[in-house]
Amino acid sequence: MHREAKLGLILLLTPFLLWLSLLIVIPHIDLLLVSLRERVGVGQYEISLGNYFTFFTEPLYMVTFLRTAVMSIFATILTLLIGFPVAYYIAKMAKGRAQSALFLLCLVPFWVSELVRTFGWMILLRETGIISNLLQSVGLASGPVEMLYNDAAIMVGLVYTSMLFMVVPLITTLESLSDEVVEAGYDLGGNGFSVLREIIIPHAMPGIVSGSIVVFMLCLGNYLTPTMLGGKESLWFTELIYSQFIVRFNWELGAAFGFLLLILSSVIVWGMLRLTGQSLEKTMG
Amino acid sequence: MIPSIPQSRFVTTAYTAYVVLFFIFLALPLIVVAAFAFNDSQFPSLPWEGFTWNWFFGSERPMIGAFHERSILRAIGTSVFVAFCVSALSMVVGLSNAFLFNRYKFRGQSILYVFMLLPLVIPGIVLGISILVASSRLANGLWDGFQWDVEALRPGLWLVILGQFSFITTIATLVIGARLQKFDKTLEEAALNLGAGRLTAIRTVTLPYLAPAMIGAFVVAFLMSFENFNTTLMLVGSDAPLTIAMFDRLKEGSTPLLNAVSLLLMLGSSLLALVMIAFQKKG
Repeated sequence: MHREAKLGLILLLTPFLLWLSLLIVIPHIDLLLVSLRERVGVGQYEISLGNYFTFFTEPLYMVTFLRTAVMSIFATILTLLIGFPVAYYIAKMAKGRAQSALFLLCLVPFWVSELVRTFGWMILLRETGIISNLLQSVGLASGPVEMLYNDAAIMVGLVYTSMLFMVVPLITTLESLSDEVVEAGYDLGGNGFSVLREIIIPHAMPGIVSGSIVVFMLCLGNYLTPTMLGGKESLWFTELIYSQFIVRFNWELGAAFGFLLLILSSVIVWGMLRLTGQSLEKTMG
Repeated sequence: MIPSIPQSRFVTTAYTAYVVLFFIFLALPLIVVAAFAFNDSQFPSLPWEGFTWNWFFGSERPMIGAFHERSILRAIGTSVFVAFCVSALSMVVGLSNAFLFNRYKFRGQSILYVFMLLPLVIPGIVLGISILVASSRLANGLWDGFQWDVEALRPGLWLVILGQFSFITTIATLVIGARLQKFDKTLEEAALNLGAGRLTAIRTVTLPYLAPAMIGAFVVAFLMSFENFNTTLMLVGSDAPLTIAMFDRLKEGSTPLLNAVSLLLMLGSSLLALVMIAFQKKG
């Protein structure tokens, strides 16, 4: 390597390594260390697995953890099922101007903050909200209907918030599927269902995987939607982390929760990549 | 199912209807938020009490409009400041990262690339608490060791900026890297043949080519920072950016003031998005 090139490499590596180590790697090591210590006196700490032990012995924590995982997986599947036909429509059925217009329309809601979107759903779903009023005026309900503060409302919010991150990668992969291949499938005697199963879905797999990973991550780490749409009784793991850190000031337990969330997300993302034979570089980069 | 394969009328109609319904689902919450910004009532809900501009321009209680509400204006200022710092930092580091991964081959590159992508799969709230923990340990260490009180390491704007910068850099790297990959290297070689130095070649040939992607990265970073909630929530001090300020208000109960602010946000971000698309087309 030339000296000049070597100098360039070092110059470019420096900001990257600083960023990576100071903001990503070291903070997470710190987080792990804090989660592994226990307060034994004022300003005195001891290394122990006590915080993790607390997590596994306290049913409320476990239940919340599992509930968050299961609901996030469910929300991901739902987003995929709802988004796939739309992505297919935009990528393969719409042509020319309509195609780019529809694509842009898909993006518009996501230029506004998640808070605004959640607020919109609150206005729609609450007792004095639009849908409740609509049902009453049509005669389907005799009094105000409360649709907020339950799991279904959380699900609607999660699916809505995540939709873009599913639809965009799906459109990108589906656009690269040439019409001839689909036609060939029909010519060879396939019907709509078998073409979908044998040609379209395998082709869209990278998009499905990267969309699902991002959506799952967003649901798992979401704080706003469960808090605002799920009300006081909603149990979401991020709420536990927040309350340990900010309300109870028990950073040790909060750090352990944070680490568990990180492990859960890594395991599921890794499993998803493994199961479908994809890699992180291919699906994200 | 593609247009060139004939389908029954019913199937195509049902499919189109589904897509239309989907877009109604997408638009509905936003339309509702926007519409109630003009409701002449204390609550953003039915019944409709008539049209008013007061939630934007009103200056007297009980209807103080968005343009007269000090705390909201200050929060917008805070958000703009944070977003500006974050985008500038991310764009610069993203540009450097893009060159690093596109132009050089070195040992451990693929591992480092995976590390570069990691912030995308770390939940925002975990990024927030890890930076919170690390910075307070550092701050405590500096205090215990040297009696230095470093205010910037306590929850507040600087930590918010660092926290958002940590994951938005990845996005900026991907946006700029994607364009750099398409760059025709012979153009740069031509500049070198014509006697330009390496840096001159990059400055006069490569960077202008990358400009649309850099502006794109800046705008995307700005919007992501502006609407970030999770990471910010864990790192925020007394100066709350807009999303946090709105969240605090929303918890106490909402007035159409929040709708008015939301509508302004929508207009602002659509404007930014349009600017970005215009630049992308030119490039």
